[in-house]
Order: sequence, then C-alpha cells, then structure tokens
Amino acid sequence: MNLSTLTIQEARRELQAKKVSVVELVRAYLERIHIYDKNLHAFLTLDEDGALAQAKEADALIAKGISKKLLGIPVACKDLYSTRGIRTTAGSKIIDNYIPTYNATVLERYIDAGAIIIGKTNGDAWGHGSSGENSDYEPTRNPYDTTRVPGGSSSGSAAAVAAGFSLIGTGTDTGSSVRLPASFCNLVGMKPTYGRVPRYGVIAMASSFDTIGHMTRTVYDNALVYEITAGPDKRDATTPNVPVPEYTKSLGKSVRGLKAGIPKEYFRRDGIDNGVREVTMNAIKKLESLGVTVEVISLPHTDYAMACYYVLVPSEISSNLGRFDGVRFGQQRNIFGAEAKRRIMLGTHALSAGYYDAFYLKAAKVRTLIKQDFEKALEQVDVILGPISPTPPFKLGEKVDDPLSMYLSDIFVCPVNIAGVPALSVPCGFVGNLPIGLQIIGKQFHEETLYQVASAYEQETKWYTKVPTL
Amino acid sequence: MVHKGAHVMKNYEPVVGMEIHVELKTNSKMFCGCKNDPFFAKTPNSYTCPVCLGLPGALPVPNRKAIEWTIKLGLALGCEIPLFSKFDRKNYFYPDLPKGYQISQYDQPLAVDGKVETQTGVVRIHRVHLEEDTGKLLHTTVDGKKVTLVDFNRGGVPLVEIVTEPDIRSGDQAKAFLKKLHQIVRYLGISDADMEKGSMRLEPNISIRPVGSKELPKYKVEVKNINSFNFVKKAIEYEVGRHAELLTQGKTPVQETRGWMEGKSETVSQRVKEEADDYRYFPEPDIPPMSWTSTFINGIRFQLPELPDAKKARFMNDFGLNAYDAGLLTETAVLASYFEECVSVAQSVKEEALTPKKLANWIINKKVDMDAVLPAALVQSIIGASEVTSISESELETVVQHVLQDNQKAAEDYKKGKEQSLMFLVGQTMRVIKGKVAAPGVAEKIKRMLS
Repeated sequence: MNLSTLTIQEARRELQAKKVSVVELVRAYLERIHIYDKNLHAFLTLDEDGALAQAKEADALIAKGISKKLLGIPVACKDLYSTRGIRTTAGSKIIDNYIPTYNATVLERYIDAGAIIIGKTNGDAWGHGSSGENSDYEPTRNPYDTTRVPGGSSSGSAAAVAAGFSLIGTGTDTGSSVRLPASFCNLVGMKPTYGRVPRYGVIAMASSFDTIGHMTRTVYDNALVYEITAGPDKRDATTPNVPVPEYTKSLGKSVRGLKAGIPKEYFRRDGIDNGVREVTMNAIKKLESLGVTVEVISLPHTDYAMACYYVLVPSEISSNLGRFDGVRFGQQRNIFGAEAKRRIMLGTHALSAGYYDAFYLKAAKVRTLIKQDFEKALEQVDVILGPISPTPPFKLGEKVDDPLSMYLSDIFVCPVNIAGVPALSVPCGFVGNLPIGLQIIGKQFHEETLYQVASAYEQETKWYTKVPTL
Repeated sequence: MVHKGAHVMKNYEPVVGMEIHVELKTNSKMFCGCKNDPFFAKTPNSYTCPVCLGLPGALPVPNRKAIEWTIKLGLALGCEIPLFSKFDRKNYFYPDLPKGYQISQYDQPLAVDGKVETQTGVVRIHRVHLEEDTGKLLHTTVDGKKVTLVDFNRGGVPLVEIVTEPDIRSGDQAKAFLKKLHQIVRYLGISDADMEKGSMRLEPNISIRPVGSKELPKYKVEVKNINSFNFVKKAIEYEVGRHAELLTQGKTPVQETRGWMEGKSETVSQRVKEEADDYRYFPEPDIPPMSWTSTFINGIRFQLPELPDAKKARFMNDFGLNAYDAGLLTETAVLASYFEECVSVAQSVKEEALTPKKLANWIINKKVDMDAVLPAALVQSIIGASEVTSISESELETVVQHVLQDNQKAAEDYKKGKEQSLMFLVGQTMRVIKGKVAAPGVAEKIKRMLS
C-alpha cells in the first residue's frame, strides 16, 4: 500500500480483507512520520504506544469479523481537541503540560467508530491564525512546498493528511481554519453548519463561530467521517435535534439542474490573484459542463464582514481565554503569544463599558445582515461557489508583520462563519505546484448537497491524485 | 450597639434595598449534572466535573428545573415574567470563579416588577434572576505557609438573586420583609433558605435622606457578612446612625462595601470602589436564549401552591380562627397541611365538639411531633383525653347537684337502698357531662353527696 496516496475507502477494504493488519498499517504511518515530520512539524505529540494498543484491539475485532466505519483508520487530531491522558496544548505554551481528564465528544465518536488516534497536531495557538505561523511551537510547513505555509489554524492536521501521516486530520473552523489549510494542501475540508457537530471538549475560540470539521484526501472519505461526527450532543446546548443523513449516499448523484450562485462581490478585479481566479473559474465552468446552472448573485454586506468578524470573534476570545488563570492548570498569562494578546485586548476593549454599543452590539447587528445575505441568496440557488483564498499558499514570514493583511486574506471564508452555514473546500487545481481549493457553500443542515456537487467535480478532475514529493 | 449618630436620625429616613441570594435545592447543579449538595459533601472538590471546574472545552447546559423554579418564585412574588430571557456572561477574575466569568443574567432577567406585603408595608421587587454560584475559598496555613484553598463543590450551584427597590424604611421593616420572603421560598419548596448553611444570603444596600425628600440619595453602602434577619435590622440601625452623623457634619458617607462585625455589633470598611466594576456583560453564546409562551407561564402559575397570605386568610374565614392563631398555623406549609388534615379527620369521625378552634389551641399550645403523630392519631388522642379528664371536681359537683335536684325521687330511692337508682342517677349525669368522667368516678361522687 502506498501511504502517500491511500484513502480511507481503500484502507478499509484492505484491512477488512486482512490484506494488511491495523498494527502493520499504524507502524507504517509512524515510520513515515519519524522520517518526514522533522521537516514538516505537523505533530506536537505522538502517542505511539496508545496508537499501537488501539491497533491491536482493532485487529482483534477484525479477526472476529466485526466491521466499523473507521476501524483501523489513523487520525491526526488537532491539539484543540481534549484527549484523555494525552497532552493537549492548543498550540500554546500556556498549557504545554496540560493533560485533559476527558475526551471531546467528537473524539469519542471517532473512537467508537474504530479510528486510531495517533497524535496531536500543530496549529496557530488557540486557533488564532490562517497560516500556522502563530503556533507557539515551530510552525508547520506545506508539504507541497516547505518554504510556504500550509494554511491555518488546523495546519498540522492538513500537513499530516497531505504528507501521508494519517488518513484523517481533525480541525476546527471559526473563520477559515479547516477550509484554508485544506485548500493549501490539496485536501477536502468540511466546515459544518454551526451546531451540527458538538463542540463539547474542544477548546473554545469564539463560541458562536467555532465549528468542528475535518480534512481527508477525497470527498467520499470526508462524507464518511461526517456521518460519524455529525449529530446532537446533550452536553452541547447549541446542537439542535436535526437528523443526520447518510452523506455518502449523495455521492455520485447527478448535479444536472442544480443552481449555483457566484457572488459578484467575490470576483472583483483587484480582489484575487490571477492564477487563483483562472483556476477557480475553470472549476466553475467544469460544473457548468456537468449541468449546474450558474448565475451571478449578490452578498451585499461582504465589505463589512471582516470588521464584523474582528469585533465579535476577539470579544468571545477574550472571555473564553479567561479560564487560563494559572490556578488549576497552565502557566501564567503573561506568556500568551503576541496574536493571542492582540485578540484578548481587542475583545476586552470591544466589550468595555462605553464601547460595547459602538462595537459589540453594532457588529452583532451587522452579523444578522450578513446572515440574511446568505439566507436570501440560498433561496435563489442551491449552492454558492467561490474561492477559498485570494492567493495561493504564501511564503512563511510574508504576512507575519502585517496582521491586518493576514486578517484580510480570510475575506471569502469568514463570512460563512458569521452566517453559520456549511462550506466545503475541494481541490480544484494548481498554480504552479501550489494547490488551490474551490469553496462550495450551502444551506444550514444541507451538507449532502455540498458533497453531491463536490463529488461530481472530483470524479471529473481527480486532483487528489497529485500528491506532494517529500 | 447603636451608633452615636442615632440621635440625629429623626431628621432623616433610611432608604434601604436588599439583595438576597437563594441556593435552589435542585438535584444537580445549574449547568452540569454534578450533585448539588455543597454543604454536606464529605470532601472538598468531590462534586465536580469538567463543566463546573471550567476545564478547557467544557460547555454549560442549563438546568430546566432551576429555571422553572425561578419563574415560580417570580410569580409567587407577584412579578411579571417576560416572554424572552437569556443568560449573559459576567467577566471578572477571581480564584473561586474557574471560567473567569460567571454565567448570570444582565438585562433580560426571568422575572421583574413584583412586590411583597407585610404588616410594615409593601416592598417592591425590582427583579429576580438566575445565575451560578462560585466556589468557596478557605484561608488557612499549610506547612507554616499562609495559603488559600479553593473548594469547587459549591461552584455551579443554581443561585437565584432577588433585588428589591429601595423601599425599606427601617430595620424592623427589613426584618419583616425577609421573614416573609423566607416563608414564601420555603412554601415553594425550592430551597432550604438556611442562613447558617449559606443557602440564603443577605445584603442590604443602605443610605439615608432628609425626611420628606423624594429623591434617591446619591450614595449607598453595601453591607456583607450578615447571617440573620436580626443582624440585618441591627446593621441597618447602626449604619443609618453612622450616615446621619456624617451628613450632619456636612460629609457624604463613602460609597463602599462594609462588613458586619457580629461581636462588636458594628460595620467596618472592607472595599472602596472608586469606579463601578466593568463586567463586560455580553449574551452567553453557549446557551440559546429562552422564549416562553404565555401557556407555559400559566402552566407554572397553575402549579403554585397556596401562598402564606392566602392560606392565612382562608383559615381565618373557613375555620373561624383569629389572625394570630391563623398566622402561627400557616407559619410553614407543613404545619398548615397537618392542621388541615386534623380538621378533616375530626369532621370525618363526626366529632363535632372537636372544632377547628379547639384543634388549633391544642396544636399551638402543646408540642406536637408531626413526624411521630399522624393527624388521625392526634385527633383520636384528643377525643380520648377530653372524655376522661377535661372536667374539674367542682364542675362535676355542680352537675350532680342539678341532677339530684331534678331527680329527687331517685335520690330518695337510693337512700332507701335501691342500687338501681344509683345507676339511673349516674346515667343522667353522664348524659350531661358527655362521658368526660368515667362512670365509677361519677358513682362515687353521687354516693358521697347523698351521704
């Protein structure tokens, strides 16, 4: 088996047919990590003993003829997810020695489905960033070009899947953090509808924006994982009781007759790099050729989205990081990184007496307008198509000194979190050897349509076969 | 100790509001399934979980019963229940607050605008809201070092906060109001409201103004560490004296928090706030807001038990009791219910002599162990006791005299030796005294009086 191209679908087949054991598979992945991760810095903590123990148990189940959706499948877990007994740092030095006493709900779901948790991955500390460079540890590199960023904040998870260190990379997406690394690393990345996947046990960044997503090589793999992670949780009051469809059943359905909208505000002359524009438009044309009707739509409040985001999100961040007081766990607050401090101060200011009305309250009202933009548009069309990033993966250090420029690179992805709708990033081509992703946005709780469109496109183009040379 | 400024109080009147916190006795905490029993926990930090410890990633899920009980309390205090309410985060740092914020309610509480009536007047209720309690700090020495220990057993316990308007005009009125509030809370069965155990906490906000003024004073002093209604009265009386002296000297009392010193019966300054704390309240994003229908609220209203005032009025009206007795019997819902059960039993055994008034006297004057003696048993024992002992010697003599006067032939017959006549006379006597003395005793009496 070639780990650099293996998918969950293939691995499950081989494992269940006993062509390879789980222990052999996990050992192979661990070996690959040992060889290549020193250049990529995808992992912060590897749990080799735990992984091999889980692998042995998985083999025992397979021997009994038992099958589970993810039995024997290695998962690289973003270090924002609480993992019982395994160090969880959130990419920060503040909790560099924190060991949770419980598992995140979604992690329990992975485990119940038979997945093997092999380790915790790197990323921007606390989720604060779009490149991975805000990690308090050595930043992750893009496997396609190690001088460039893999995207963030789920950087390590993306690099891990792209480099063939695991078959699933878990993430969180508060403004960009699954879709952007997925697009920069040639992966399929799902940002769920807000509330579709439980947040219990995942370290909170911005509570009303955080979503619990994941990255895989292929659309099928991604839909399969979603069948496991999606669903209400009585420990998370923001997960409504909406039934979970069998997402894999939407794959292969014809997209003829579906309507796609292209926001005119997203394709302005100066807003996107030419290479990205060309690749993205080609992808949209390909969908047209498959029978999708494409029309121009408007998301009129797009220009206010970043300001709205950067008032509301730091406000919630400033409150959520209050529990790191050094009393029960963790280090002193003065060692928060620069970006974390920036956001805590911004958020505290926006919530302060005398400023609350002008900042937080006003931004909350703008949020409703942006949400309504998406609702109205999605009454006209089934999905909205657009770019993920205005540029291809950029070089390390390129935007680090200009936080504002870093913030603005999220212009196509952040509004989706403001509105709470789901979005998928699917590989749609390359600029040189740098991967580009297409964003497919849909109605709340209608991710099956996203998978349907993504699958149709993927089958025609198979960009996932172009793997990086490590 | 009354403050030396008390003598000038005649020119001023107290302007006092109360803030009362009540711990609800739900089975589990406000936002998690941990056991809600902080006072009786055997070891510190034994009723905890990721949620009430504020561990990274944990999320709050509201306790439905706590919300319903708060609405119930609001209704019992005559409040309006707005159809929309929400939780908010109150952000501040303190070691007993693990998340760095308390989940509380800011601008849209569960209940608003009620009132409580007592003999000393009406006290308006400004609002009733729901929040979570903090952990408990213990200042001690460990290995020779001064430390502060934190116990999170109490962290996350549902806490109702009741805020009154500054309608209280005396220590006595405060006491009467608090007694009434305490009674209502206990009637509803939502809390033990035990000040010693900390399930009811009292904070008066005290200021004074010139008599006749209608404006609110520009300062107020909060007093903490008071654990009885009596001490609330004393603290208010001390404070208003202290304020009066200052004002007479042309000084304004400092806006601050003071602590009540039980031993010395005075208050001391604890914390001066130069500016109001900025808690940076914002809506709690982890908990969707609450939207009620009037049907739902009416459903809770329907479940309200009969409250003390209504019960007292009914006892006076239906049972012919006076206000004092009715008040005593409705002190607690348990006692009132016991009394009514006794009345019902007495009626069902058709014991007309055992009137509600007699039952009231009996229960009020004698210490009845309600746990040990069931109403039916109590009624029987009262009937029994009345039959045998509740007539005095002189009363019996008077009755016998009348019987002998009315039945002179029988008396003569007995004197001549007719035993049957004695039986006849005993029977006549028994009819009058309704069996309150046993037959042999009556016979003895008659014999003696005829000899």
